[in-house]
Amino acid sequence: MARIEIDGELHTVQDGNNLLSTCLSLGLDLPYFCWHPALGSAGACRQCAILQYRDADDQQGHLVMACMTPVQDGMRIALTAQQARQFRRDNIELLMTNHPHYCPVCEEGGECHLQDMTLLTGHTMRRFRGQKRTHDNQYLGPFINHEMNRCIACYRCVRFYNDYAGSDDLQVFGIHNNVYFGRFEDGALQSEFSGNLVEVCPTGVFTDKTFSAHYARKWDLQTAPSVCVHCSLGCNVAPGERYGELRRIVNRYHGEVNGYLLCDRGRFGYDFVNSPKRIRKLHIAGQASCSVTMATDKFHTMLQAADGVIGIASPRASLEANFALRALVGEDNFFLGLDDSEHTLLNAIHEVMRDGGIHSPSLQEIEQADAILILGEDVTHSAPRMALSLRQAARNAAFALASKLHIQPWQDAAVRELRKQAPTPVFIASICSTRLDDIATNTWHGGPEDLARLGFAIAHNLNDAAPLPAALNEDQQALAANIARALRQAQRPLIVSGTSCSSLAVIQAAYNIARALPESAPQLAFTLPECNSLGMAIMGGKPLQQAFAAMNQGLADSVVILENDIYRRASTQQVDAFLETARHVVVIDSLQNNTTEKAALLLATATFAESEGTLVNNEGRAQRYFPVYPVTDPVRASWQWLLSVMTDSPWAHHDDLTSACAGAFPELATIVAAAPGADYTVEGCKIPRQPQRYSGRTAMHANIAVSEPGQPSDQETPFTFSMEGTTAKVPPAVLPVIWAPGWDSNQAINKFQEETGGSLRAGDPGIRLFEASGTQSWFNDIPPAFQAQPGVWKVIMLPHIFGSEELSLQSPAIAERCPAVCALLHPLDAETLAISDCDTVAIRDPSGTLIMNMPIRIEKTLPPGLLGLATGRPELQPLQSGMLVCLHKSDPLATDVSEERS
Amino acid sequence: MSQNIRPDRDFTTLKDYRRTGGYQGIRKALTELRPKQVQQLVKDAGLRGRGGAGFSTGLKWSLVPMEDDSAADIRQTRYFLANADEMEPGAFKDRLLLEQDPHQLIEGIIIGAYAIQANIAYIFMRGEYRLAAKRVAHALQEARDHSYLGEHILDTDFNLEIYLHTSAGRYICGEETALLNALQGRRSIPRAKPPFAVVSGLWGRPTVANNVETLCNVPHILHYGVDWYHSLGLGADQGTKLFGVSGRVKHPGLWELPMGTPIREIIEEHAGGMQDGYRLRGFLPGGASTDFLLPEHLDVLMDYDAVAKAGSRMGTGTIIVLDDQTCPVQMVLNLEEFFAQESCGWCTPCRDGLPWTVTLLKDIVAGRGRMEDLYTLAGLTRMLGPGHTFCALAPGAMEPLQSALKFFREDFERYIIGNSATREPA
Repeated sequence: MARIEIDGELHTVQDGNNLLSTCLSLGLDLPYFCWHPALGSAGACRQCAILQYRDADDQQGHLVMACMTPVQDGMRIALTAQQARQFRRDNIELLMTNHPHYCPVCEEGGECHLQDMTLLTGHTMRRFRGQKRTHDNQYLGPFINHEMNRCIACYRCVRFYNDYAGSDDLQVFGIHNNVYFGRFEDGALQSEFSGNLVEVCPTGVFTDKTFSAHYARKWDLQTAPSVCVHCSLGCNVAPGERYGELRRIVNRYHGEVNGYLLCDRGRFGYDFVNSPKRIRKLHIAGQASCSVTMATDKFHTMLQAADGVIGIASPRASLEANFALRALVGEDNFFLGLDDSEHTLLNAIHEVMRDGGIHSPSLQEIEQADAILILGEDVTHSAPRMALSLRQAARNAAFALASKLHIQPWQDAAVRELRKQAPTPVFIASICSTRLDDIATNTWHGGPEDLARLGFAIAHNLNDAAPLPAALNEDQQALAANIARALRQAQRPLIVSGTSCSSLAVIQAAYNIARALPESAPQLAFTLPECNSLGMAIMGGKPLQQAFAAMNQGLADSVVILENDIYRRASTQQVDAFLETARHVVVIDSLQNNTTEKAALLLATATFAESEGTLVNNEGRAQRYFPVYPVTDPVRASWQWLLSVMTDSPWAHHDDLTSACAGAFPELATIVAAAPGADYTVEGCKIPRQPQRYSGRTAMHANIAVSEPGQPSDQETPFTFSMEGTTAKVPPAVLPVIWAPGWDSNQAINKFQEETGGSLRAGDPGIRLFEASGTQSWFNDIPPAFQAQPGVWKVIMLPHIFGSEELSLQSPAIAERCPAVCALLHPLDAETLAISDCDTVAIRDPSGTLIMNMPIRIEKTLPPGLLGLATGRPELQPLQSGMLVCLHKSDPLATDVSEERS
Repeated sequence: MSQNIRPDRDFTTLKDYRRTGGYQGIRKALTELRPKQVQQLVKDAGLRGRGGAGFSTGLKWSLVPMEDDSAADIRQTRYFLANADEMEPGAFKDRLLLEQDPHQLIEGIIIGAYAIQANIAYIFMRGEYRLAAKRVAHALQEARDHSYLGEHILDTDFNLEIYLHTSAGRYICGEETALLNALQGRRSIPRAKPPFAVVSGLWGRPTVANNVETLCNVPHILHYGVDWYHSLGLGADQGTKLFGVSGRVKHPGLWELPMGTPIREIIEEHAGGMQDGYRLRGFLPGGASTDFLLPEHLDVLMDYDAVAKAGSRMGTGTIIVLDDQTCPVQMVLNLEEFFAQESCGWCTPCRDGLPWTVTLLKDIVAGRGRMEDLYTLAGLTRMLGPGHTFCALAPGAMEPLQSALKFFREDFERYIIGNSATREPA
C-alpha cells in the first residue's frame, strides 16, 4: 500500500496502479477516454491530466497524465488545481474541433461518455471557426453502424479489436486529424466480439445497428438484471425494453464472469424475443381460439385423463421451471430431454466437478492461467466469451517478464511488445483449426478418439499412475511430453475441455490431466451446450431415449414438453413416433418449432426477458435473471403454467419454487441466495426498473386510452415496473441500471466497483455451487485410434457462434452472419472423391439411401476420414455426430438441400 | 568527421576511408577494449546526441542491460539502430555524411553495436535519400567483403550484420520509438516512455538508436582518444558539429566547426552574411522546431547549454535565417503546415491542436483573423507544450510559433488590423 495526497487529502491506495485508475477507485471524478480498465493505458487522449508536485514544498506542480503515472508512496497530486482543470477543458475543446455538435439527434446521446466528460470538464464555448473534417462511413455488417464524423480518435476501438480481441480487419488509417478507424473495404466485421465496440467507443462512432432499428433513449428503456441464455457461460446482461419490445442487450459488468465484454451472439441474439415466430396465442388442436382459462382447464383435464405423464425438461429453461415440471410429473417420469450422448457427457462433467477435487475456474480466473491446454474445443464457437479470456491469459508470460523489467502491467503497448519473447504456453488440440490458433504455442488436430488419446498420454506423462494409451506414434508422444512439461512448470495450469467433440473419453482424459497435477492447483474448465445444461445435470433425470421407450412400452401415454424442441435431440422418425403414440402432447414454449407444431395444447411462454429464474453456468455458478417487462396475456412464464395445474401444490410464488428446489437438491441448497427475494425493499420501496428520467409514461398508451393505466404489479421479484423507488445501495444481483450522477454512460460502472476492473461492491452476483473436494479414480477407458475406412466418413459436428444455438438463430442479425451450410473435408478425401471446393456431394447412409446433398469446403486441418458439419443447424438435422456416411460427387443440378432430404 | 567529404560530391570508398585512418576505431574497440570500456570511453568523451536532444551517447549505451546485469540472462538479443531519417525542415547534415562518407557511419555502428553487444543493426533511412541509400548499400557490401561485417569481425568473437531500411517516409519516423514501430512494420506512432528503448525497444529487446552524425563522431573518439576529442570544443560541449545555414545568406551550406562556435561566426563568416539588400530579422538556431532568436543573440555560442540559455535549442544545429523581407507569420504558417501534416494522429493536443493552429494562421494571413485569435494561438502554444503531448513533435512545432508571437507580434496584428499591404511576402 502507498500513502498519497490528493487535493490535500491523504489516501491509502494500492501500489503499482496508475493514478487514473486509483482516483476512479477512490470515487473521484477524473475524465478520460483512451484508458479502459480492460485495455490498460495508452496515453493518447491526454484527458486525465492532473498536477503532480515534486515534494511537500512545491507549490507550482507540473502536469502529468494520470493514466501514465504510477502511484508512488508519499506523492502529492491535485485533480482540482486550476491549471489541470484548464488543460482538461482545453483538451475537450480540441477534441470538439471535429466533433459534430448534434447530440440531440445522435444515437449515443444520453449514454455518451464524451458527453459526460465534456460536461465534467466544463467546456461550453466553441472558439473553433474552421470547417470540420468529414468522413465517409462504411457498411460493417448487420451488427454495427459506423459514423466516423463523431470520432475523437481515442484509439480504443482498434486497441480492443486488434490487441484485445485478436482480429485485424478493423484498423486505423490516415494521419494527423484525418485518422480513420474502419475496414480496408466495406464488409461485415469479422470478430466474434465486434459488438463490444458499441460500449468501448466513448462516443457514437460504433453503435448497435439492431438497436437503431427500434431505437429508444437509454433513459426510456426499462431494464432488469439478466443472464445471457445463448451459451453456458452465464454472462450478465442488461436487456432494455420499450413499448413491450425488447430493444437491445448491453453488458452488465460482472467481476468474475464477463467483466466489461460480451460476445456478438450474446449481444445481438436477443431479437428472437420479438420474432414473428413468437408464440403469443394459446392453442388447442382443433379449436380456433383459446383463452387462459380454457388452456388451463384443458391442461388439467389432460393430466387427469392421462395414464402416466412424461415430463421433458429443458436445458434452456430455469431451474425453477424444470423443478415445477419435475414436481408435476414425478421423479420417475422426469426426463432431461437430451440425446443419449449429451446426457452422458453432462453427467460425466457434473460428477467430475462435484467429486473430482479440481477447481472449476471463473472467466476471471481463466485470465490468470499461465499454461493452457485446450482439449477438443473451438472455444470461440462453443463458449465465445471464454475465448476472449483465454486470449488474455496468453499474455501472462509477458506480464511476468514486464514485472522483471519494471514495466507496469498497465503500460499496455509495452507489455504487448514482450509477447513474442515471452510466449505463454497455450496448446490447442482440436478437431481442426480454431479461432484461437494465433495465440497457441502448438496446435494439433485429430478426431475425438485421438484427442482423447493425446490427453491420456499427457496425464500419463505427468503421473505414471495414469493409464497410458497403447500404440501412440512418436509425434504424439513427443507432443504429450512437451505439453506435460509446460503444465508441470506452471503455477496456474488450466485445462479446457467440453462437450463439442461428443466424446466421453475427451472429458475423462481432461480430468486425468488435471488430476495428475496435484501440486499446482490445476483448474479444469468445461464448455457446455446450453445456458442451464449444468443445472439440469445437477437436478438429474432420465435421457430422452428412455422417454421414447417408456411411451412405447405403454408406461405413459401423455407428455408435457417444457421449452425443448426435441426434434433437435433425436431423429425425426423417433420423435414423430413418440409424439404420435402420445395421447396428449402439451408443449410449453416461446418460439414456433417442429415440436410446437405437434402440440395438442400449446402454451405460450415468456422468454428470459419476461420471466424470472435461476440458471447454473459452466463454472457451477447459480445466477438469477429477472423479467425486464411484464408479459401480456395470454403469455405466462413456464413455471406459472405448471403451477396453475398443480392444485394441491404448496407453492404460489417463484420464490417458493426456488426454495423448494434448493431444499430438494443438496447441491442446489444455496441457490436462494443468488439474489434477494421478492420481499426485498429499499427504504420500503421495491427497486424501479425504469430510470428516473423515464419519459412518456402518461402518454405512451394515449393512442389506446387517454387515462393513464396503473403500472403492472410484480409479486415475484424485488422490482417494480415503475420509476418510483431507488436503486441506491441495492446489491449488484438486483442492480437494474448502471448510472451515477454525471456518468450517463455505462462507464459509470466505476462507481459500483470495489476498485476499477475489480469486483462489484457487495460482491459479484451469483452463488458458486461447487468447491473442489474429493477425488475420482483415474479414468481408464482409452479408445483406440481413429482409423479412416475407405469409402466411409464419420460425421463430426462443429459448433459455430452464429447458427449453432437455437434461440439466437431466430434473430435476424445473427441469421445474417450464419455461414452457409456446407460440409468440411480433408484435401485427400476430396481428391479421392474427385471434388474441389464448392462442389456438391451426395451424403448417403451406408445402405445407399440419400440423406442430402451438400456443398463441400476443403479444410486442410480436418483429419482425413471425417466429415465436418455445423452443429445445431435445422437443415442438417438428419445428420448426427458419430454417424457413418458415404459420399459421392453429386449431380450439379441436384443441389437443393431440402428437396433432397430422404 | 568531414575529412573525407570531397568537393566533387563523390563518395569515399573503403580504400579511401582506410587511407585516412578509417576502421582504426573498431580495431581499437574490438581488440583492446571490453564493451563496458567502450561505453565508458564514449561517456568520458562527452559526446551528446546530434539528433537534437543532446543526450549523452555513452550514458545511453550504458543503460542497456548487459551480461553482468540480472535482467540480461533472459534477453540475449539486442539491436543497434542508426537513425538516418533526417526530415526536419532546414536540416541536411546527415545527408552529407551518408552520401559522401558512408564507411564512417558503418564504423560508428560497429563500435556502438560492440559496446552494447548487439549482433544486428539497422540503418533506418529517410525514403527520399535515394542516393544515400545507394551509397550506403554499396559501402555495406564493401564492409562485408572485407570482413568488417559478418562473423568474427577482425578475428574476434564479435558478429554483426547491418541492414539498410529505407523508410516509407514520415517525419515522425525520426522519433526514436516511432522509428521502432515503423521498423516493425507498424504505424509509426511513438511509444510510451518508460520503458525506454534501451530496456524494451525493437521487438521488445534492448535497443540503442543513435543519430547518424553522433555515430560519425565515434570512430574518431576511439581512434584519437578522449583528450583529443575534448580539445576540439570551444565551449562547454565537446567535439565538433556540423552546422548549417539556410535562408537569404550569401553562401548557404554546411560546415564542420568546433562545438561552441559563435552564431555570428557561422552566419557572417562561413555563410557569408546576408544577401545584398536583406537584413537579418531573426533565425531558428537549430532547425524548424526551435525558438526564434534575434540579431541580438548573434554572439551566443552554438552549444547545447548556451543556446538553451538564450531561449532556444541547438537542435540539429542547422540555422534557418529569417530576413526582413520575409513575413514571419507566413514563415511560421509554412512550418506549422508541415508539422500539422506530419502529426501522427495519436495524441489529442498534437492531432487536433496543430491543424487548428494552421486554420488560425491561415485565417490571419487571409485577413479573416481576429485579435482574440492571438490569444487562442498563445493558449495553443502552452497547451501543446512539453509534457502535455505524447512525444516532442508538437512542443517542437510550438517553439517557432511561441517565439514569433513574442518577437514579431506586430506582424500578426498588422494582418488582423488589415494593414498588411506594407508587408506583402516577398
